[in-house]
Amino acid sequence: MSNTLSYFRQERLPHIWCPGCGHGTVTGALVRAIERLGLDKNKICVVSGIGCSSRAVGYLDFDTLHTAHGRALAFATGIKLARPELKVIVMTGDGDCTAIGGNHFIHAARRNIGITTIVMNNEIYGMTSGQYSPMTPKGMLGTTAPYGNAERSFDLCELAKSSGATFVGRATSYHVPLLIDLIEKALSNNGFSVVEALTQCPTYLGRKNKIGGAVEMLEWIKNQTINAKAAAALPPEKREGKLLIGELHNAPAPEFAGEYGELIHTVQRNFANMKGGLWECASNSD
Amino acid sequence: MRVEFRLSGSGGQGLLLAGIVLAEAAILEGKNAVQTQSYGPEARGGSSKAEVVVSGEDIDYPKATDPDFLLALTADAYRTYGRLQGKGLIIVDASVPLDPEIKARTIPLPILDTAANVVGKKVVANIVALGVLGGVSGVVAPATLEKAVLNRVPKGTEELNLKALRAGIELASRAGGKVQA
Amino acid sequence: MPKIVKLMQGNEACTAGALAAGLRFYAGYPITPSTEIAELCAEELPKVGGKFIQMEDEIGSVAAIIGASLAGKKAMTATSGPGFSLMQECIGYASLCEIPIVIVNVQRMGPSTGMPTSPAQADVMQARWGTHGDHPVIVLAPGNVRECFELTLRAFDLSEKYRVPVIVLTDEVIGHMREKVELPDPAEVHPLRRAMPAAPAGYKPYAADPNGGVPLMAPFGEGYRWHCTGLFHDESGAPSNKGEVADRLLRRLMLKIENNVADISDYASEGIEDCELAVVTFGSSAMSSLSVVRRLRKEGVKAGLLRLKTLWPFPEAAVRELAARAKTIYVPEMNLGQLALEVERVVAGRSRVVRIGKVTGELFRPEEIYNAIMGAK
Repeated sequence: MSNTLSYFRQERLPHIWCPGCGHGTVTGALVRAIERLGLDKNKICVVSGIGCSSRAVGYLDFDTLHTAHGRALAFATGIKLARPELKVIVMTGDGDCTAIGGNHFIHAARRNIGITTIVMNNEIYGMTSGQYSPMTPKGMLGTTAPYGNAERSFDLCELAKSSGATFVGRATSYHVPLLIDLIEKALSNNGFSVVEALTQCPTYLGRKNKIGGAVEMLEWIKNQTINAKAAAALPPEKREGKLLIGELHNAPAPEFAGEYGELIHTVQRNFANMKGGLWECASNSD
Repeated sequence: MRVEFRLSGSGGQGLLLAGIVLAEAAILEGKNAVQTQSYGPEARGGSSKAEVVVSGEDIDYPKATDPDFLLALTADAYRTYGRLQGKGLIIVDASVPLDPEIKARTIPLPILDTAANVVGKKVVANIVALGVLGGVSGVVAPATLEKAVLNRVPKGTEELNLKALRAGIELASRAGGKVQA
Repeated sequence: MPKIVKLMQGNEACTAGALAAGLRFYAGYPITPSTEIAELCAEELPKVGGKFIQMEDEIGSVAAIIGASLAGKKAMTATSGPGFSLMQECIGYASLCEIPIVIVNVQRMGPSTGMPTSPAQADVMQARWGTHGDHPVIVLAPGNVRECFELTLRAFDLSEKYRVPVIVLTDEVIGHMREKVELPDPAEVHPLRRAMPAAPAGYKPYAADPNGGVPLMAPFGEGYRWHCTGLFHDESGAPSNKGEVADRLLRRLMLKIENNVADISDYASEGIEDCELAVVTFGSSAMSSLSVVRRLRKEGVKAGLLRLKTLWPFPEAAVRELAARAKTIYVPEMNLGQLALEVERVVAGRSRVVRIGKVTGELFRPEEIYNAIMGAK
């Protein structure tokens, strides 16, 4: 019998997401992955920025931090470096992570800091009611793209990989078992992990682009994707225009906060007998 | 008694370090000292200025108002700050042509030449200059200056820098400076 | 260990004060004229088991120190004008979420890139009102190198005591000048240590204690499992859109400072007991002003100096008291009239207030202030 609800602040439910929104599915997947791994609730810290995705943390029964737009990873970097023993998770959205927070994203990846980042990509700014984001496919409609989005979009997983993330995967709110598996692997990677979760926004993206309701959108999402392993065996023309899902990159490397801890040990060994630095001022301040 | 120094030259001559050492020497003798500098691209070349105020009493305003001693190691610095010089003495490098427009009492001394040819390293001109300023002003004892220099210079360069300092003090005494006992 | 006597740079003294206060986490981004603080923290923090990180920008820097503070570490960043502007949003976050952090702003000439290596004192109002919305903040202004140590140390204590961001407002002159400083024996320094709240069960991170005191903050990772949000929130930390919840929270946030002005407020003075003419100023302008006040005294003028070490909350009582004696109050500052606005407000016509502004990117020469006073007398 699953104990999933025990990871939620049940008194804060129901959530504020629209009927048919995929974000609850992703939040549920995170909790299931945490449950599978048997992680200590008291040692998990979940951080978010601003947007629909970022409301997830308020419902979770961990230490949770709902920060400023785009800055979740920077706050999370402070927590992880200050207390490397904590499991730090960032829940973010496509606008929060790839527009206003893009710089923090590439630098967190570059450092390979031990943070699991779950990007709920609904390809639109939902909280502000339907503007296009850096993940909105070219040509799609948004309230700020009334004639179709003229911009190209990111491939977030490629961005994460090339910036230095050591685990990268993509799933969708349709492919829930895969999503749980990927989050579980991401949480197990000691380094910067990214899971992109494509989710449906029937309220804005769906309605504006006449895709339909939640069910049609899930169908629409499913039809865009192709499993990375299966794709490897397919000729290029069959992969054309498809989004790869599954584990896309897994290349463990030394984790930043741990490496900094090593640096501290080395420095402390070398300076154990040194006199006269400013650090002496700190002798009564532990 | 408030004594003000202005050390001027070009960036990279190490005058900031000379100013710091002078201030630290004053502190070693229990005096108060403040060191300020013009800060910025000078550190990467261009004109450079450091100031030191030494006093037995509390120092309120930290900058030189009417320097008792102006050190100028370049023609540019000499022209710029020499013109502002009031009652105080100018110590200018002997390589700099004197400007009749600058009326303050001026002693030309071969500081750069001493560093390059007597001590044997151009880079210690700042420490030669420090010796000159210490010697001419008498604001700190030579032994204290030596101690202050040793506190600041990189390991392995102690002898070189002491030699430079002593050469500077020697230049000052030949110029008739009052060397403190 | 004896007290430490040395020639010290202002930025170095800020770092020493922070370390004495218990700084264990620094995040920053290089910017003149504050960079020495970052460099020294990078060097010294690992020696005491602390952490240093150079972030990708100043927004990330302040965000990271807020995160570290939530994780239980005393945390600081340092910056100057452009970086301070970038930090404003997260300063508001720390204000609303009541997270202790310390920010050193070594002021330089602005606006914009301005004159990066030249001093100014023009962030007085930004330090108070830079972020959007009413918010509590404390701003301290060291007047010399030793005070860079003392006030940075105090900034941490105030920040912990009131759970509020504290800004140490210095400038390029004080940041870079070296001065003889006597630091206390480190063993004699007793920084405020963050107290743990009672057991996690029933923990309410924003419930003011019955005496109106500031609630204790539980570090993340200790089983309290609380929610911290930049949305208005109730006592449990849950976001709320209710007007009365917002009203109660914001009033409490403002009152925790306003009710404790006497505790927070600090200033130094010379000759104000019997003065007919007073100078009110702060930071490096006070060094020039002190020399002028001493000169005027020697010349038989009853001059006095009130040097504010706390800028915000504004030390109204001290200025009001001064206005009862001094016929004219001069306010020299390296801007075109910011502190003067507060002085004028508090003096409210009881004394004449004369602004002396300087924006050449240089410290006041004493005769400039002297001449301005003589010209206006």
